[in-house]
Formats: sequence, C-alpha cells, structure tokens
Amino acid sequence: MKFAIMVNEGVYQHQATDSAFQFAKAAIEKGHEVPRIFFYHDGVYNASSLTEPPQDDRNIVSRWQKLAKEHNIDMVVCIAAALRRGIKESNLAEGFRISGLGQLVEAGIQADRLVVFGD
Amino acid sequence: MLHIVNKSPFENQTLDSCLRVAGNDNGAAILLTEDAVYAASKGNSNESKIKAVMGKVKVYALWPDVEARGMQDRVIEGIKMVDYGGFVDLVAEHSNCQSWL
Amino acid sequence: MGEEMTEATGGIDFEDEEASGVVKKFMFVNRKAPYGTIYALEALEVVLISAAFDQDVSLAFLDDGVYQIVKGQHTKAIDVKNFSPTYRALEGYDIEKLYVEKESLDQRGLTEDDLLVDVQVMSSAEMAKMMAEQDVVISF
Repeated sequence: MKFAIMVNEGVYQHQATDSAFQFAKAAIEKGHEVPRIFFYHDGVYNASSLTEPPQDDRNIVSRWQKLAKEHNIDMVVCIAAALRRGIKESNLAEGFRISGLGQLVEAGIQADRLVVFGD
Repeated sequence: MLHIVNKSPFENQTLDSCLRVAGNDNGAAILLTEDAVYAASKGNSNESKIKAVMGKVKVYALWPDVEARGMQDRVIEGIKMVDYGGFVDLVAEHSNCQSWL
Repeated sequence: MGEEMTEATGGIDFEDEEASGVVKKFMFVNRKAPYGTIYALEALEVVLISAAFDQDVSLAFLDDGVYQIVKGQHTKAIDVKNFSPTYRALEGYDIEKLYVEKESLDQRGLTEDDLLVDVQVMSSAEMAKMMAEQDVVISF
C-alpha cells in the first residue's frame, strides 16, 4: 500500500513530526511504500539545514534525510509556507525539495492513504 | 473511518468533538496518540465518555505514547494498545482516516 | 526537470499527469478560528490549489472552524490580511460543497444567517456520514 504523509508542525516544538517519522518507519518495515511526505505550515522547518539539536537527543532533520535516502521518499516542502517562514534553497537541508501545494493534492490522488500529523 | 486524536482532553475539546461526530460513525475506530492517551487512563473524567462509545466504536491507544507518559499501568479496560506497526495496520484496514488536530 | 515550475501547480505538467482521470473525494476539515493561528489561511490556500485538479472537493467547518466564515471580519486594526472574502470566491472555482456542523454553530450562539457564504448545515451524525464517504481527509 502507498502511504502519503503530511507534516504540519516543525521540529521539537510538537510531537507531530516524531509521530510522522515513527509511522513512516513502521509502514516501510511492514513492506509498504511511502512515496511522498509533504511538509506544510510550520512543518517546513523540518527541512532547515541550520538546526543544531543537543548531541544526546534525536536529530529530527537528519533522521528524515536518512529514511528518505534509504527508501526513496520524496520529501516536499511547500513553497508558500516555506517563504513565509524563511526556508529557502540556501538553507534547505539535502534530500528535501521546495515545490507547490499541487504536490500534496497529487500525493492524495496517487496514494492509497494520506495521514496528517499536526497539532 | 479511523479517527486519530492527539490532543489531551484537558487541553481543548478536540476529543469531545471527535466523540460527538465519530460516535455516530458505524464501524469507526478511534486511535488516541500523543497527549490524547491521557484520555485512556483509569479514573480520568473522560472515562465514561470513552466507555459510552466503546459499544459502537473500537478505541485504541498508541502504546509507545502511553508508556512515555507513565500511563501504562492504568489503561482503561477495553482500550486496545497498538504500537506504530499497529497504527499502520489500522490506517490500512480502514478505507480512510481523519486526524483531529 | 523539464517542466515549468509554477507556484500554483508545483511543477506538474498536466499533459503528462499520471493521476489524470482519477477523481477522489477530498474533504478539507476546518476546526480552528481565523487569525489566532495561520491554519485557516493556509488551509484555504490548499483548497484553492485543489480546484485545479478536478477532484470532488468539499469543506467541513466544525468547532472554531465556523468562525472562519462569519460575516463582518475587519482586520485593519490588527494589520493582518482579511482573507474571509476568499470563501465567497470558492464558488467561482466550482467548490460549492461547504458543510457546517450545527452543533458547532449552536455552541457559539451562531446561525446560518451569521455566515458570509452559502453552506449546508448538518447534524453531527450527517457530518460523520459525509466524512466516512471521503477518500482523502486533510486537516490543518
């Protein structure tokens, strides 16, 4: 089954992105596909190349990067939400790409399920 | 439909709204995640509301979130625990899902 | 990438669009008040984009979401964009299915007359049925 995931919150502030990650990981472990993760609202902060969390805690951004690279996940950040919040190509973490809201709708059309993680 | 609630019932009325709507949805399931797992603890003021829908609707709680919050020894009977794999299964089993944010 | 990247469609070339022909029921659920947070505004932006995809789109307003469509929003003094007129423009995009939960209106002392756009008011039970019929439900 193909799962599309939407992440509406940023890093560390809310558990949403952690829950989304654990869900994506579990889905893949069960043999499903996660073709796209769409980051909206403050979710765009998951794509920041500038985060420096403490060493003894999970690194949310690099965790996403690793999962996406290993399992060919398209991680899309909404351009409008990103620009509002100061996420641009120049501070975009590798593995993420900035695109339009159409990618979210397309994901909803093409996937079997779309799960939203937010506040 | 799988209804996913992640807000503490003491923080806002999201769980109430979900119960009000989902309680009418035959074959529905409610999954409590993140801070909403507090609603699954024995003796909390939402216990009777949750038990009231349990006849019609299956209620689940995400075990990792229950355990993280120290609620593991006080889960209301009848609420089924699932891990993230079980969460994935629930989403797959139901034809659609809604996150009550 | 050979396609023209546009903000609106996110770089999708409709001629080659794999998904063309598939029509799914998309419901956008609005449960938050406007202005206090950005969710209402950014939700509307998704709704507008969805119009380009010829899907079966509906909007549900529950709880504080009903406040998004009340009349009389004047935002000059808070210096924030008043986006409420955009709900009236949805009709022009063939987005006409706006559902409001009666219980949510009642709790807030509101009636259909207080709303700035034509909606279908329904009970919680009817809303549940409507939601259960959707393919994709997006919450904000």
